[in-house]
Amino acid sequence: MSNQHNRRNFLKIVGAGGVATTAALYTPFAIGGASKKVVIIGGGMGGATAAKYIRMMDKSVDVTLISADANYYTGFASNEVISGERSLTSITFSYAGLRKRGVKVIIDTAADINAQARTVKLASGTSISYDRLIVAPGIDFKFDDIEGYDARVANEKIPHAWVAGSQTKMLHNQLRSMKNGGTVVLSAPPNPFRCPPGPYERVSQMALYLKHNKPKSKIIVLDSKDKFSKFGLFTNGWKKHYGYGTDNSMIEWIPAYKGGRIEGVDADAMTVTAEFDDFKADVINIIPAQKAGKIAFTAGLVNDSGWCPIQGNTFESTIHKNIHVIGDASIASPLPKSGYAANSEAKVCAAAIVALLNSDKIPDPSFVNTCYSVIAPGNGISVAMVYAYKNGKIVKVKGSGGLTPDEQFDKKLRAREVEYGYTWFHNITQDAFG
Amino acid sequence: MRQRKIIKSILISSGLFSLILTGQALATPTSQALSYTCAGCHGTNGASNGSAIPSLAGLSKDYLVEAMEAYKKDERSPTIMNRIAKGYSTKEFELMGDFFSNQPVHQNSGQKYDSAKAKAGKKLHKKYCSSCHSEGGTITDDEAGLLAGNAALFMEYSLIDFHDGSRDMPRKMKKKIKKMLKRDKDAFDKLVHYYSKGE
Repeated sequence: MSNQHNRRNFLKIVGAGGVATTAALYTPFAIGGASKKVVIIGGGMGGATAAKYIRMMDKSVDVTLISADANYYTGFASNEVISGERSLTSITFSYAGLRKRGVKVIIDTAADINAQARTVKLASGTSISYDRLIVAPGIDFKFDDIEGYDARVANEKIPHAWVAGSQTKMLHNQLRSMKNGGTVVLSAPPNPFRCPPGPYERVSQMALYLKHNKPKSKIIVLDSKDKFSKFGLFTNGWKKHYGYGTDNSMIEWIPAYKGGRIEGVDADAMTVTAEFDDFKADVINIIPAQKAGKIAFTAGLVNDSGWCPIQGNTFESTIHKNIHVIGDASIASPLPKSGYAANSEAKVCAAAIVALLNSDKIPDPSFVNTCYSVIAPGNGISVAMVYAYKNGKIVKVKGSGGLTPDEQFDKKLRAREVEYGYTWFHNITQDAFG
Repeated sequence: MRQRKIIKSILISSGLFSLILTGQALATPTSQALSYTCAGCHGTNGASNGSAIPSLAGLSKDYLVEAMEAYKKDERSPTIMNRIAKGYSTKEFELMGDFFSNQPVHQNSGQKYDSAKAKAGKKLHKKYCSSCHSEGGTITDDEAGLLAGNAALFMEYSLIDFHDGSRDMPRKMKKKIKKMLKRDKDAFDKLVHYYSKGE
């Protein structure tokens, strides 16, 4: 501890002593002369984790979290709800844990932000002021890119199920009512998008359900890309479990260069129009191209890419001061748009905000991403990476991370990876909501 | 001279005051920043309530540093940890050790177990393990891992790995395990039930 540090704190204490007696009479947050009010928009992995960790680090900070829904459904593990391997309830989380930690939770939608006045306007009409605002809105969809597809069609007939909840259940029910021998068409989005391995774990989980219940059925994957996350691990898993690459394959993957990019959908005729061909299907799951959640656009936090530029050590917007953007909506590359990354970013952002509110030095951040996918029972795979902040940028730590080894199938390891994935799910949801 | 002395004493006392007032804000930030990234898998502050990933809370610093070094060198069964450990220096492992050794030991009380097996396991533990893993393996000061109350599947994986040679163990432990399995081939199962139950 340097003398300089001591002296600064010394002045703070003296300053506080002078006003403490009067300040304490009207507000406990006024000690030291500065209020500490943080508002968080979005109650997903990023928003919830930030709320909890700010309270853990400094109980004198007044934290308000605004969530559009009373419950949060995790995107991760939702593919197992689609296959029927787990219940929707098991991926549902409330804000009771955060309330217990002293977080004020408001169920409402943030309609607008006034960055100059530092206020958030809610759909109900109320206005809330902040010293620091965290925007964690997650994703929105580029429906315009696909003719015949919009939010209404997605809610009624052709789910994206890329924000978990009612559409997750709907897709599960559609698979259940499909005939044996039916065709499922899944359209995978272009980069960047939430949860890079997600579409391919979904294909695996759908294939698992069909193999056990409707073995004559097929899944056609229309992809906007030529390669995808954990490519070798997934395709080898499909070969092992679902006949991939044989005439009898349950899965057919059509990359962009073979006409996988889709252009439109006809919900009445149940056909998908791709670049070279039309595909008729019994169940259609379209995961559209993505952009930052709506409030990020309303508040002018996005750049031309449709995502929010930030400082990598604080996650403060480079467009608006005092506003921090975390999770999928932020441009935090090389960190992926994943739940674990959002959890890790939220802690870095929380620590930076606590430091800024207390006029302390902003700590050097550290990040981790870990992600598990379940291809079939007993066959789990993972990807991990450690990230640091160097010369103003988030960087991968050389030599760290990588994929589950795939030179030969290690039965013991793969079975353990499934179990690690389940504990991961338990602990990360507790870390955010508990 | 006198003035300097007064300033010095004010500085010392103000440092103490600010520690009390701001709590963790003055703790080594890097230690906290590094350790917070572990929580997504190992639970908040390293208190795991899952069955396959162990708790880190309360582990001794030496034990944690040694484990991380072993993962980094691929000396333990390849899991995701060896890939993650390669991202840190020894100094960073030590900082994590500072953080987790200062957390209270956590026992996961929500795990299922068979009472009869847990009882038999406790006996086996006392006879073959307790000279190094005291108090059911809940005293981490002995620089051994946390046993009772730790993640059940992790305990099972560890025993399997020690036994099949994919994880090194002290010679004394090897001898005791050999002796224990000779007497009771189901000893591992019983021990795991005891550790699942906790102390």
